[in-house]
Amino acid sequence: MKHTTRKATRHVNQNEGLIFEKSSAGKAAWKLPPLDVPEVDTSKLLGASERKDLGSMPEVSEIEIIRHFTRLSTWNYAIDLGMYPLGSCTMKYNPRVNEAVARVEGIANGHPYQPEKISQGALHIIKTLSECLIEITGMDAITMQPAAGAHGEMTGLLMVRAHHQSKGNARKKILIPDSAHGTNPATAAMVNYAVENLKSDSRGMVDIGALEAQMNDDIAALMLTNPNTLGVFEQDIHNIADILHAKGGLLYMDGANMNALVGKARPGDFGVDLMHLNLHKTFSTPHGGGGPGSGPVAVKKALEPFLPKPVIMTKSDGTLGFDYNRPQSVGRVRAFYGNFGMFVRALAYIQANGPDGLRQTTEDAVLNANYIRKGLEGTYDLPYATPTMHEVVFSDKLQAKKGVRTMDIAKRLIDYGFHPYTTAFPLIVPGALMIEPTESESKEEMDLFVEAMKSIAEEVEEDPKTVLDAPHSTRVSRLDETAAARKPVLRWKPAG
Amino acid sequence: MLKTIGLRSVDDLFAPIPAEYRLTRDLKIPRQMAESEIVDFFRQRSRENGDGYTSFLGAGAYFHYRPVIIDSLISRGEFLTAYTPYQAEISQGTLQSIFEFQTMICELTGMEVANASMYDGSTAAAEAVMMAVRLTGRRSVVIARSLHPEYREVLATYATHQGMPLSVAGFGDDGRVNLKELESSITPETACILVQSPNFFGTIEDVATIGEIAHKHGAMLVVSIAEAVSLGIIEPPRQADVIAMEAQSFGVPLGFGGPYCGVIATREKYVRQMPGRLVGQTVDKQGKRGFVLTLATREQHIRREKATSNICTNQALVALMVNIFMTVYGKVGLKELAKQNLAKTAYAAGQFAKQGKVLFGAAPRFNEFVVQTSEDPSAINSRLLGHKMVGGLPLKKFYPEFGNAALWCCTELTTRSAIDTAVGLVAESERSVRSAKEEVEEVAR
Repeated sequence: MKHTTRKATRHVNQNEGLIFEKSSAGKAAWKLPPLDVPEVDTSKLLGASERKDLGSMPEVSEIEIIRHFTRLSTWNYAIDLGMYPLGSCTMKYNPRVNEAVARVEGIANGHPYQPEKISQGALHIIKTLSECLIEITGMDAITMQPAAGAHGEMTGLLMVRAHHQSKGNARKKILIPDSAHGTNPATAAMVNYAVENLKSDSRGMVDIGALEAQMNDDIAALMLTNPNTLGVFEQDIHNIADILHAKGGLLYMDGANMNALVGKARPGDFGVDLMHLNLHKTFSTPHGGGGPGSGPVAVKKALEPFLPKPVIMTKSDGTLGFDYNRPQSVGRVRAFYGNFGMFVRALAYIQANGPDGLRQTTEDAVLNANYIRKGLEGTYDLPYATPTMHEVVFSDKLQAKKGVRTMDIAKRLIDYGFHPYTTAFPLIVPGALMIEPTESESKEEMDLFVEAMKSIAEEVEEDPKTVLDAPHSTRVSRLDETAAARKPVLRWKPAG
Repeated sequence: MLKTIGLRSVDDLFAPIPAEYRLTRDLKIPRQMAESEIVDFFRQRSRENGDGYTSFLGAGAYFHYRPVIIDSLISRGEFLTAYTPYQAEISQGTLQSIFEFQTMICELTGMEVANASMYDGSTAAAEAVMMAVRLTGRRSVVIARSLHPEYREVLATYATHQGMPLSVAGFGDDGRVNLKELESSITPETACILVQSPNFFGTIEDVATIGEIAHKHGAMLVVSIAEAVSLGIIEPPRQADVIAMEAQSFGVPLGFGGPYCGVIATREKYVRQMPGRLVGQTVDKQGKRGFVLTLATREQHIRREKATSNICTNQALVALMVNIFMTVYGKVGLKELAKQNLAKTAYAAGQFAKQGKVLFGAAPRFNEFVVQTSEDPSAINSRLLGHKMVGGLPLKKFYPEFGNAALWCCTELTTRSAIDTAVGLVAESERSVRSAKEEVEEVAR
């Protein structure tokens, strides 16, 4: 092969079956202490409710379990292995001190219902983080309850609805730009709002004329990602807010891209009424293969009465507690208080950075995205020339002429030792390549990435088949997703 | 890098933000701290947070032993710092482990398919109910009052704007849902019945009969399971159409309420209305077995406002903890573990019954029970705190009709001596209340 990569080398890794295929009777990795109370007759206690058999649950030894999961782990790509430029997902380094402090005994083992008197540590953490996030966003109040970004969106729209209802009319629709995340329209549907599409202009920004024409008394809110999914800051943001506010609408900001603003600009200062944050994006809590996240929602004063309950409060004796007496609250969106373990990690991240560090983090993230843009401009089509913030979106227009699409380039990038960028999103760019390096990447790592992307572009010209058949170096080649969906096999079953 | 880009200063990068919105001051947040200071800060918070207390709290969050290999394995960067496995070729580790998770959840719940996780047990229950609404085309829901009160609150929030009327069925003297009341609450518009088993009081519901009632009226049965360890010794609710589970008991730290691990399991024929991610088995171009995210046409990134749910990020790493826990205990260990929970609880309930009144003795229970006392349980708990113990959860807020009552929980980690001490401290008050009463009565005589 003419094209090689400096980033990665093929390396033997272990085969491993399903855990059930390794199981054999009598093996065990557990040991209980001797029972210090009388044994019980389970059939007498439980009668018909007694379970006799646990089917094909595995029986394996500890070393087998360690090897099983360690082997599986080596089949994954991860930030710890290299650049993970998934646009919109913000795959930044996950500091290990976060993990260490989340495991300190009293923090890991605190019960959500233990008396407030002995919960002051946890409450202090929630309060401190809340204050930091309020300051960072320029808002007035916050709920930490939502478990992830989409859950935060739902909570936000519940508050939007409650706000309008308190004024006598819940309104009917949510405006959503065509560049938005899929969660936005799905969320609107969950809160029983109709979705009205709002188109983007030639700059990739909200079309102000369209907004003015579409805004009326039926519109409850606009859900806007800013910077948007093209990595473009909505320069008319205050104008947008004014148009909405003039007709009683609210401006909801999807904070998925808040990592482009922290320490540099505050949504509360540019007209946003409420917004969610993704602690697993901007505030470095690990993605863990798909979760857990945390999606706090910060709001302006006028929306504070509608926050989910309970909210944290300082009591008359100066200690912290929960306030459940919130007559206008939208209610509860989750049991207990939210993904507390993620609060601990996010606060540790804020502490490790401080004001200077957070600002520099944002600057580096934007600098890195612009560096990638410069490196790949010309090689890949840039559909919007508007200035880039934290991520840059190219299209596969030039490569499509050879029949190579964004997903093929992405798969080939795997052979070069990188995780692909986000493919085919946002929807307003046909064949999108959405690249977000984050602040975590060094110039050296980004140079390797640019080199790989350029090399693939050459391959597309010289030998498109290599790209179309990629990846060539992984444990499995391209998997048959159609077959998987047509006849779903969603669990292992014992033979026979 | 700036030179390469053709800019003079970092500030030029932020030119797209109108000048009046650019922050020209420092954020007012704590100053930058050294790692040693950060660790020290959280150690101090830990000391203020019940560290070293023996607890009898359950109520949807359970203190079980977590095998050490859980943290060794989930701390591997390849699991910890990977994204959602959309690029299957370099995510086989995560995908195969989710496939195993789905399999074990099916095996334990008696269902045919399980998803890759939901936020927690409360939101899983709400989403399961919405699934039943879509499947039946009916809109109203009957909920057992013995369902976790906070789960009921969450469902109420989700239901408000879906035009889903909720009615509540009470419980009988045995702590189980009142079947007559349940049946009379069902209307032709009832999409499903939602019960929890073991329920909020630790009592095991008669799921078979509840299932018959639901199905007789063309409604579905949704069962919420908050204490996963019960599945080791309690027959799973096989009559359910959808199970919404909280798997926190399987190796997930209490963590002051989260992150936990919700799961939805159901019948194969309902899978296309299921929310959340699913992993399926397939083959690659060479015919080699591999795993992918599948049936994505249910999900928000494809279907947008027509999706089954807006869920995107789930609880993957927590599901991995659960997966490892299930693998460690396996077929025999889970049963033995559940038996120890049962034995400790039977002993504790027996001891408490000698001093106060233990409610709902007529039906089987797992690892929780309600103790009624003469004294306010908050006062009892203040006394227990002095002995570094946290007593049962006072129920006045949720079930005022019980008067002075608390929900106690024992797990395999609760020692006999802790139980004896707690019972002794409760008895102290019962004795003093009794003698005070006698005194009053004597004076009256």
